[in-house]
Amino acid sequence: MHTDAKSSAPERGKSFAHVAEASWGKGLSTLLRIMRMTLRHPWQVAITIVSTFIAATLQLLIPRLLGRAIDQAQGVMAEGAGAAAQHALWNTALTLLVVSVLRGLFTMAQNYCGEAVGHRTGYELRLAFYEKIQRLSFAFHDRVHTGDLITLGLLDLDGVRMFFSTGVLRVVLLGVLIGVGAYLLISTDLVLGVLSLSFVPFVAWRSSVTQLRLRSTWLTLQQRLSVLSRVMDENLGGIRVVRAFAAQRHELKKFDRAKQDALGLANERVDIRVSNTSAMNFSFLVAMGLVLWFGGQKVMSGQISVGTLAQFLTFMTILQMPVRQLGLMVNSFARASTCGTRLFELLDTELDIKDAPGARDLVVTDGVLRFEDVGFHYPGSGGRPTLSGISFEAGPGQTIGIVGPPGSGKSTIAHLIPRFYDASSGTITIDGQDIREVTLQSLRKVVGVVQQDAFLFTTSIENNIAYGNPWARETRIERAAESAQLHNYIIGLPSGYTTIVGERGASLSGGQRQRLTIARSLMLRPSVLVFDDSTAAIDAGTEQRIRAAMKRFAKDRVTLIISHRLSSLMHADQILFVEGGRIVERGTHGELLALGGRYRALYDLQLRPDDDRPAALGAA
Amino acid sequence: MSDPRDDEKEDTRGRPAKAVVGSHRDEEEVFGKAYDPRIVRRIWSFVKPYQGRIFISVGAVLVFTLTQLAIPLVIRYAIDHGMAPGRLDRSVMVWATGAFAAVILVNYAASYAQESVVGKVAENVLSDLRRAMFGHLQRVSLSFMDKTEVGRLMSRLQGDVNSMQEFLETSVMSVGDIVLLFGIVSVLLWLDFRLGLLTLSTMPILFIVRLFWLPRAKVAFMAAHETNSIANGALAEGIHGVRTVQSLERQHVNFELYDEKVLANLNAHLRSARYAQVMVPIVDTLTGIAMATVIVVGGSMVLSHSLDVGVMVAFLFYIQRFFDPIRSLTMQYSVMQRAMASGQRISEVLDVPVDVADRQGAVALSRDMDGSVEFRNVTFGYRRNQPVLKNVSFRVNPGETVALVGPTGSGKSSSMALAHRFYDVWSGQVLVGGHDVRDLTQDSLGEQMAMVLQEPFLFSGTVLENIRYHKAGATREEVVRAAKAVGAHDFIEQLPDGYDTELEQRGGNLSLGQRQLISFARALVADAKILVLDEATASIDSYTEMLIQKALIKLLEGRTGLVIAHRLATIRGADRIIVLQNGEIVESGNHEQLMERKGLYARLYNMNYASFDDISEEEMGMDAVAGKAT
Repeated sequence: MHTDAKSSAPERGKSFAHVAEASWGKGLSTLLRIMRMTLRHPWQVAITIVSTFIAATLQLLIPRLLGRAIDQAQGVMAEGAGAAAQHALWNTALTLLVVSVLRGLFTMAQNYCGEAVGHRTGYELRLAFYEKIQRLSFAFHDRVHTGDLITLGLLDLDGVRMFFSTGVLRVVLLGVLIGVGAYLLISTDLVLGVLSLSFVPFVAWRSSVTQLRLRSTWLTLQQRLSVLSRVMDENLGGIRVVRAFAAQRHELKKFDRAKQDALGLANERVDIRVSNTSAMNFSFLVAMGLVLWFGGQKVMSGQISVGTLAQFLTFMTILQMPVRQLGLMVNSFARASTCGTRLFELLDTELDIKDAPGARDLVVTDGVLRFEDVGFHYPGSGGRPTLSGISFEAGPGQTIGIVGPPGSGKSTIAHLIPRFYDASSGTITIDGQDIREVTLQSLRKVVGVVQQDAFLFTTSIENNIAYGNPWARETRIERAAESAQLHNYIIGLPSGYTTIVGERGASLSGGQRQRLTIARSLMLRPSVLVFDDSTAAIDAGTEQRIRAAMKRFAKDRVTLIISHRLSSLMHADQILFVEGGRIVERGTHGELLALGGRYRALYDLQLRPDDDRPAALGAA
Repeated sequence: MSDPRDDEKEDTRGRPAKAVVGSHRDEEEVFGKAYDPRIVRRIWSFVKPYQGRIFISVGAVLVFTLTQLAIPLVIRYAIDHGMAPGRLDRSVMVWATGAFAAVILVNYAASYAQESVVGKVAENVLSDLRRAMFGHLQRVSLSFMDKTEVGRLMSRLQGDVNSMQEFLETSVMSVGDIVLLFGIVSVLLWLDFRLGLLTLSTMPILFIVRLFWLPRAKVAFMAAHETNSIANGALAEGIHGVRTVQSLERQHVNFELYDEKVLANLNAHLRSARYAQVMVPIVDTLTGIAMATVIVVGGSMVLSHSLDVGVMVAFLFYIQRFFDPIRSLTMQYSVMQRAMASGQRISEVLDVPVDVADRQGAVALSRDMDGSVEFRNVTFGYRRNQPVLKNVSFRVNPGETVALVGPTGSGKSSSMALAHRFYDVWSGQVLVGGHDVRDLTQDSLGEQMAMVLQEPFLFSGTVLENIRYHKAGATREEVVRAAKAVGAHDFIEQLPDGYDTELEQRGGNLSLGQRQLISFARALVADAKILVLDEATASIDSYTEMLIQKALIKLLEGRTGLVIAHRLATIRGADRIIVLQNGEIVESGNHEQLMERKGLYARLYNMNYASFDDISEEEMGMDAVAGKAT
């Protein structure tokens, strides 16, 4: 679409996707910012953290209660045997039941509120992201790949969203379990306490290292998988080319190479994962064996009871899971800091095209468009001008034609009027008001640009036409379609105006798409209408009818036609021939022909195949 | 503005009734039958090559599960025979600890073997499945590909294959879960039948609760998933269409519509979180009840010396693992349903018939054939009883350039596709170099016939790779020579890295005309005897257009050319013109002859359009009548 923009935007695709892991300082401030966002839901955060505390503490009581029950059953407690012992057992059992139920309820509260906080934060981020994307200028969108933006809005946003539940909460949980648990155990028996905790540092370390390794290989795997899916996607999309060249074998080889790359890494990841899970499991069981051995000795020497030993063993099983998940926690921190850094960088991007302070709405009185010595260069083009010294004026009802070789900057002229880009020098005014001093919204309602290959949304034809004015009545939509010479075609379709078009809808031909785009622009009743090479796929006859229909309805509209087809613009009141960003010739069709310059040469070029024919192109 | 004023007073305050963001898409069926033997057999054929390893992993799972079962028993043995009051025995402790060590070593090995083998087998099967589908799609008829969206196929190649992988990984684990479940039940009953029975009575409760819970929870989980993809779709649309959105000032409307979708997604997630979390207190309560039972009943038994204390300890250990297998097994049911639905879709792709295949004994088209193309009484169509070509016969002599012209739907593109045997004819024959295309190998046909399509398709990769797409062995010099011949060399040299410039997806960083020139160079490097070409219809600027016309002449030099021509310049340059209408040849001859006939061609030509495609439907209809009359 924006050929000019593309060729002169060397930074394209360099940002966002390839930001390396964030530096420590930056990562930390990102995490703090995520926490601040989370704290916008102070109640839920408070409930979550309190619940986590309570649930973890209750969980720690369970091994104690079990140990006590075992001792009571053996009658080693003070109650001795008989009814008193029975009673004690009942007491322990009921306490245990109450503790279990409460623990369940608080765990539920912890998990639910934790997730809710994450989802709500995600909701806010998604809206902020969407809002920002919709407002960032064309220059930004030229520079950043759509795929990167989508990744940012889906995966990176998820990384930030999940930080609270998978990162922060785990820290709290582990802190309580290990802190309180260690205190309880070590105060009960120093040696056994240390032994039963001995697996913790090893597992914590292995799990963190593994997760970080898996994370880095995951990023590589994603890249390899995206190569694979690109191979498949291109092959299936271009299947005719593949068949035309009988290149299936070549394609399969390409596929196999990509597949093998991905498979090799996937298997490697299995190895990393598995060798660690089994090692972690093993270290836990070794610690358990040590507790059993030394604890057994102590039981035999009467230092501790069987119940206490059971308490240690149960405690270990409780601690095992959260410790193993420590790696996930580390991963969550790493992910949130990189994803957050990227995401916030986008959210903090300054809008380079926005309303000036105190901007007022544009008021159209006559509808006079003026370019005064306008110059433009794309950001990052090193100041090489795309346009310079462009001046012209178009009064109400006038048509200006702009023609020139590819890359001459003619499309850029179109993009400056609705401020898709801002002119680097000079001024553009509508009825004497500088377009940079009026509100964007009012400007864009007045200026309609029919783009070269505009985007069709996957929805009905009707909704597509009314895209800029979704409140419009059906009669208006139909009138716009009639003006664009599309109505007859639409009513011929089985579902008429409700036919779904767009990427996954019925396919329209290039000319029909362009006519739909024209109808869409007409819906806004623009005072300035710009055709940015947007009738190329429409035949000359239809184009003429469109022109006639529009004339009838908008006598005082300014029309700019940018085209390389002379028949589209030779009727214009003034024709500008643009080359190298400058207007090199200007005048009416007749004047320019008489001049015998560039325009004349182009005219001859376009007519050459038919020069023996008497009728001139588009003479009507 | 002088539009009629009747609709001036539109209320632009409320929510526009018809505005939408994001597209409507029918989600594919996520869950299928839990078990479909046909699909299982089909998928099994992919697992079969790894049969041996699967057996090993199932064995390892069994061993692993048994060691898990054994650990509480060892502890029990140590307590009851080593350290119970009055039964202190140091040698038992040594034995017990030794046994424990042995058990955990086996456990270590088994867990390693199981996870590693299963993980890798699943990765391999996934990869094989994808390869088989992709390979099959390379051979199925184009009529299938025409009907099927690429996006849909991609979701089968990726999403569906991934859910099969999940299934394979978890199903081996399920074997372990089942064994663990039965193992715990039997060990508890064996240790003490009455206490075991009492403790186990909580198990069915969980089963029943989950049976009620699962269908409802599944609906909630699905809703979360669906609203997620809806919201993501809307975001993607917002990103892709951002320029249009801005130029039509739709940001406000879109923001509100997007808000609705994201909010719906938030609520669906909260709902599904509620469903997921409600199970937590239920399971904890049931565990509490089971433990309390063991404490009261088991404890009393220990007090009255009818139960060893070690047994009570073992019970308490088992209870903590009690509900895990039930939880994962009920989940496995959904995984299986999902896998069946995916398997169904995968089978559908694999079962698409290959209707254009080399027949047995097909011969290779030799390089020395004369290069003629002939249609003999060809009738062909895409849908039954709707032929798009009716009894068409013509011959393109070696070295001759024939232009096919006619309005949209006249059968031009179909003729081109048949020459390359993208499809098989209904009746009649297509001959290339004097051989029926059905007697030739498709590879050799592809080698002798180069095709240039209307919408030039470039692959990601460098310009160089794209030009020698068909002939990977072509040297750089050959590529440059071809590019120079078609006039593409100059602009390629101006690209950032010249011939080594990486093209963006589908050559997005080149203009249409430039892509067309590269595809010409590609055809030239292929150096085939016959060139089949569909001219680009989209308008190209006059400068590039001139280059293309020159390139075309170069390309057709010394080759047989079958060109679907849209531009008058091309049409007039052809040796012969065949005018098609409604699947039939209405006229043929060179430009002068056809002009003299004053038939359809002459009429179209005199309408003064630069291209025959410019002719609108109404005018065509008018001429169809006139054409019949002549």
